[in-house]
Amino acid sequence: MTALAIEHVSKSYALNGVQRPVLNDISFDVAPNEIVSIVGASGCGKSTLLRLIVGLDEDYRGSIIQGGVSDTKAAKVGMVFQDHRLYPWLTVGANVDLAFDASNLRKPERLARVHHYLQLVGLSDYEKAYPKQLSGGMAQRAAIARALAQEPDILLMDEPFGALDSILRMRLQDELLSIWEKNRVSIVIVTHDVEEALYLGNRVIVMEPDPGRIRDVFEIELARPRDRADPRLAALKQRCLATLVGREALS
Amino acid sequence: MPERLHTPRRLPLGAVLPLAATGAWAAASMTGMLSGPMAVSPLEVLTTPFLDASGRELWLSLLATMLRVLVGGAIGGIVGLMLGYAAGMYRVASLGLAPTVHTIRQVALFAWIPLLTAWFGNGEGTKLVFIGLSTFFPLFLATEQGVRGTPEKLVDVARTLKLKRWTRVSKLYLPAALPSIYVGLQIAVLSAWIGTIGAEYAIGNGRGLGSYIASARDQFRMDIVLVGVFALAGGGVLLTTAVRSLTAQLSPWAQDQS
Ligand SMILES: Nc1ncnc2c1ncn2[C@@H]1O[C@H](COP(=O)(O)OP(=O)(O)OP(=O)(O)O)[C@@H](O)[C@H]1O
Ligand SMILES: [Mg+2]
Repeated sequence: MTALAIEHVSKSYALNGVQRPVLNDISFDVAPNEIVSIVGASGCGKSTLLRLIVGLDEDYRGSIIQGGVSDTKAAKVGMVFQDHRLYPWLTVGANVDLAFDASNLRKPERLARVHHYLQLVGLSDYEKAYPKQLSGGMAQRAAIARALAQEPDILLMDEPFGALDSILRMRLQDELLSIWEKNRVSIVIVTHDVEEALYLGNRVIVMEPDPGRIRDVFEIELARPRDRADPRLAALKQRCLATLVGREALS
Repeated sequence: MPERLHTPRRLPLGAVLPLAATGAWAAASMTGMLSGPMAVSPLEVLTTPFLDASGRELWLSLLATMLRVLVGGAIGGIVGLMLGYAAGMYRVASLGLAPTVHTIRQVALFAWIPLLTAWFGNGEGTKLVFIGLSTFFPLFLATEQGVRGTPEKLVDVARTLKLKRWTRVSKLYLPAALPSIYVGLQIAVLSAWIGTIGAEYAIGNGRGLGSYIASARDQFRMDIVLVGVFALAGGGVLLTTAVRSLTAQLSPWAQDQS
């Protein structure tokens, strides 16, 4: 059983009337409760791929199948966008509360969960603030809280920790892992940070551009909790980086 | 005269011109340069709304006009808002509505009066419909544009969160359209104000600032006509200011500090 099956997905965008391939024959599976990291050069189609998975764009070839939670219930897919995309006219708390709109939760329960997830990302004091009163990293954390609050079965994250300092980033990575352990959620996380990809992922998919395709896949079979200083991670990082830059070095 | 040279610094620059004009006017009527039955002094204009029996009608007229603006304007505004929302949201509505609205809008507002009096008579109905029309167009156009300009990225969020229809309206499309709607509202309130007085003036019966000015003209009471004109300007400024401060209060997220 898979949580997510991506089979032979190709996608092109029209640019000035010419079809330009952005994704070329992407295939991979995500098992339930697995974390898959995706790294790759800027513009290789990572964000595009997540858009296709979450269903924002249905114009592609190939198939994307979400394994339902049961026969009757479809999987809930949550998304953290590369930019925070908070609604500027809603307070941070109200933005997170949007995550419950599709649920039948009652008001007090919603409120409690908003508190909980804001606390998780360290924004308890900012529930009543407007997004423009937050720093870039804080806004990104609010967006993470919004996606987590949905309690999705599949969580897609597009460079979620990109705007954060390294200490906060490590804390949130561990926070994410503990949520992942508790909620049994499948995660696809796009990142530019190879260390982050290796630390979080059960698997790391390395993509290359023009057109975007999978260059290599690394299985990370290290037990959790992982030690960031583990020499095996360092070795993997070397291999991963070599794969990432390999192409440019050749050409 | 050196003190006179300093006064403009303390005074808002914009006050200089009206004060100078009033001064010239007062000087002209005191020296007798302005005379005859049509001549009025600034002092008369100031006292007429309080001391003169016909002049005192101003306050009730003003109230009647304001009420009309609010009722007629609200009806037209709400219809404009709803249809504008539909036109901004749905292709069908836009294709069905926009050409008609954009064409009808080309008809000068006051050209409606003969038609409306023929349909609705010379009473309150015609005035209200006319005022409604004057707010309908600006709000329709502003809402349509504002809703259509909702950032695609925020719509994506609504889709991934599977927001309910009403939530999308109240928490996404309307707030996104608000800046545009506010501009429309400012235009609408002014056009309702001028439209109301115009309609009252043209139709002539009933109480209102327009009829107040019209009947004063018929009785050659230039002082009352001038009082009416000043009230017209003052009311317009008042309404615009009220709308501006109201909209600022209704969108705290646009302020620097909450
Ligand atoms: N709406 C669009 N219309 C046309 N081209 C697009 C559109 N969106 C993305 N592209 C193109 O698709 C390619 C991939 O974009 P995408 O945003 O998926 O890259 P990415 O891998 O996420 O890059 P980054 O790491 O910089 O975020 C780019 O070349 C971009 O120009
Ligand atoms: Mg991207």
